[in-house]
Amino acid sequence: MIKVLFFAALRERLNTTTLELDASSLPEDASAAAVLIQLQSRSADWQQELSRQDLLCAVNQKLCPLQTKVGPGDELAFFPPVTGG
Amino acid sequence: MRISVLVQHEDFSMADEYAQLSRDSSCGAVVTFCGLVRELSCDLKTGTGKLHCMTLEHYPGMTEQALLAIAEQAQQRWQLGAVRIIHRIGTLTPNEQIVFVGVASAHRAAAFEAAQFVMDYLKTRAPFWKKEHSSQGQRWVAAKTSDQDAAERWG
Repeated sequence: MIKVLFFAALRERLNTTTLELDASSLPEDASAAAVLIQLQSRSADWQQELSRQDLLCAVNQKLCPLQTKVGPGDELAFFPPVTGG
Repeated sequence: MRISVLVQHEDFSMADEYAQLSRDSSCGAVVTFCGLVRELSCDLKTGTGKLHCMTLEHYPGMTEQALLAIAEQAQQRWQLGAVRIIHRIGTLTPNEQIVFVGVASAHRAAAFEAAQFVMDYLKTRAPFWKKEHSSQGQRWVAAKTSDQDAAERWG
């Protein structure tokens, strides 16, 4: 399984904090972008929210480009630009 | 180098932090920064709504790693004796302390620069999100391009 987390405004708009994806539903050698595409296909809302250009991605708790490969056991997170400090 | 990274609900003491940073006799410079919650919302379009409070969300696990990575990068760029970072989470009211960055170094230039570097990177790379609760409702704070520009100047 691949664990996917959402934070802040994105978490609220999707009404989802976390979900699990069956890694076998993804192409072999899948990237975070492939996960994103699969999530976008869930509904028009998800399509819109997950198509934002400023969306950030973390793989195993590190900021990563969407091309980063993901596999079973990985933790993926999508979130808006950060605003701490 | 001594690195300390804390993500906590509780407030912190500037005096205690300074005491920790100034322990090392090889360091002749300590620079500290403290960020406070502003009372006025900075959203100019909707006017100056008075802020009741702010809630801070973060990504437990990643946050600590991200702050540690920032402190380590500062150490690679400058010769530092200590870096201390504290970021609060949860509900904060106007004028409360929200973030602390302190750096100790042999000389002031490195301490000033490293403290600024840590804040600039924290603003753009550490997974925190602010939500403002004001008289005009609640809204997520939008990221500023000026913060992005500030981080990018370090190359």
